[in-house]
Amino acid sequence: MSEIMLATQSVRKSFGSLEVARDVSIELPRGARHALIGPNGAGKTTLINLITGQLAPDGGRILLEGVDITHAPVAARVRRGLTRTFQINTLFPDLTPLESVVMAICEREGKAAQFWRPLTSHGDAIDEAHEILARLRLADEATRTTRHLPYGKQRLLEIALALATKPKVLLLDEPAAGVPKDESAMLFSVIDALPEDMTILFIEHDMSIVFTFASRIIVLVAGGVLLEADPDTVRSDPRVREVYLGSAHGH
Amino acid sequence: MTTPASSTADNHAWLRRQARWSPYELAFWLAVLIPFWVFPTYLTLASQIAITALFAVSVDLVLGYAGIVTLGHAMFFGLGAYAAGLLTKAGWGEPLSGLVLSGLLTALVGLLVSFMIVRVQHLALLMITLGLGLLTAELANSLGWLTGGTDGLQGVDVWPVFNHFEFDLWGYTAYAYALAALFVGVAAARRIVHSSFGLSLRGVRENLNRMPAIGSPWRRHLQIVYTISAGMAGIAGAVLTHTTETVSLDSLSFQRSADVVVMLILGGTGRLYGAILGAAIFMIARDQLSDMNPQYWYFWIGLLLMLVVLFMPKGILGGLSGLLRRLGG
Repeated sequence: MSEIMLATQSVRKSFGSLEVARDVSIELPRGARHALIGPNGAGKTTLINLITGQLAPDGGRILLEGVDITHAPVAARVRRGLTRTFQINTLFPDLTPLESVVMAICEREGKAAQFWRPLTSHGDAIDEAHEILARLRLADEATRTTRHLPYGKQRLLEIALALATKPKVLLLDEPAAGVPKDESAMLFSVIDALPEDMTILFIEHDMSIVFTFASRIIVLVAGGVLLEADPDTVRSDPRVREVYLGSAHGH
Repeated sequence: MTTPASSTADNHAWLRRQARWSPYELAFWLAVLIPFWVFPTYLTLASQIAITALFAVSVDLVLGYAGIVTLGHAMFFGLGAYAAGLLTKAGWGEPLSGLVLSGLLTALVGLLVSFMIVRVQHLALLMITLGLGLLTAELANSLGWLTGGTDGLQGVDVWPVFNHFEFDLWGYTAYAYALAALFVGVAAARRIVHSSFGLSLRGVRENLNRMPAIGSPWRRHLQIVYTISAGMAGIAGAVLTHTTETVSLDSLSFQRSADVVVMLILGGTGRLYGAILGAAIFMIARDQLSDMNPQYWYFWIGLLLMLVVLFMPKGILGGLSGLLRRLGG
């Protein structure tokens, strides 16, 4: 049994009378490639918000490498190695990808507050930023303003920013949201090429992508875990067909 | 126009270019020397502009770079002005150490205030800064025994700069002094905005929501820049005291806090020189227009402000640099 990197234990959250997380307990072992699926409104993004600290749970615990982080601020969790990306681009429109990634690296290294040191003196950070951008096929766009990048490139930058924090656990909230089908396969091939010991949980609606890239699938329905299993089991499960695949035709 | 970079060496070069002193900047610093010879009768106005520009640059650091909207920054300007004045009245009239001490004091006050500032945003932030500014002004007004109240602080005696350059009636020393302070202030501000810290400030301004998600202690960043800005505003106030040898309640007024924001909008925020240009336009307009009609000169500033906001959303300097880029292809 490999080491559990991230675990939620009976995490609960309600907005008024609406239960958006009902005793959610999941475990991600090191190097996981788990997909989180479920119909719209199942609470997938909410679960990511709870795990990363954008939302505070009403009950339950969240453990990162066995350490209780339930009440840690968002930034503290990131510094411990738990990073997410956003379904809706959450970028720095007037910065270039180079600047954005260098900034994230300097923040990770605790050098961001050194106001007396020229940015150009952070040579290692600039080299590392290039390496990350090249890995995400953004090297040619490194010095173009983010707001002028094509949407697909912006989705890649969303991931590049997360990688710059050197995550041990990476939560990808619909990385291919809004990207045309042919481009989304390319995007997932980039994700697939990430280091093997990085623990990844991703939300995705396209079932062919889910079945190709996920080693395990968590099915979330109405705030609760309906099933957690390997792709073949999920594919043949009648409940999943009914609640998820049935309603997913709208996509 | 930026060209695509595909190697890390290109990236290093591109970042270096962003921070380099441009020929326009050099031309600007030469041009500001012209009043010494060409408009000696306007030297007093020129020093006022330089002082106000330094104040505007300090506000640009928090407003333009970090996105902290403030309507109370005159609080630091005035505190620095009074600190410098009281120091000379206490018997220490050496100006340079006076600047440093006033700046340190206002930076300390800025640091204390910053704990409150970084906890609020938007309208609440405006109200907190406004409230603090008004409180400070009223406090100075009621402490008449210390500040001179509405009569202002009298009997400020400043020693010659470097024990040699007396502050003369014509304003040569005053302008040189204010200009030197502005230059040092801009050089320091430049260094800050072109550091990794400056980059993180732009990150806060561009997308506050992402900053925690990349692990940034952004509140601490804002506290640091607010403290630096308060110190710089205090130094600007101290320069005013040294060059005019008096301090009035006007240095703490809401009007001054509001005017500096108008200057930044006119010149363009987040580009340092926009603050200087805005201060120059505002001060020259006030000088010229209030000669014509002392009561209604603000009408023209209002009109100019509306035109700029409507047609040059990045301010006059932003509009000009956009135009230059387009002409340059």
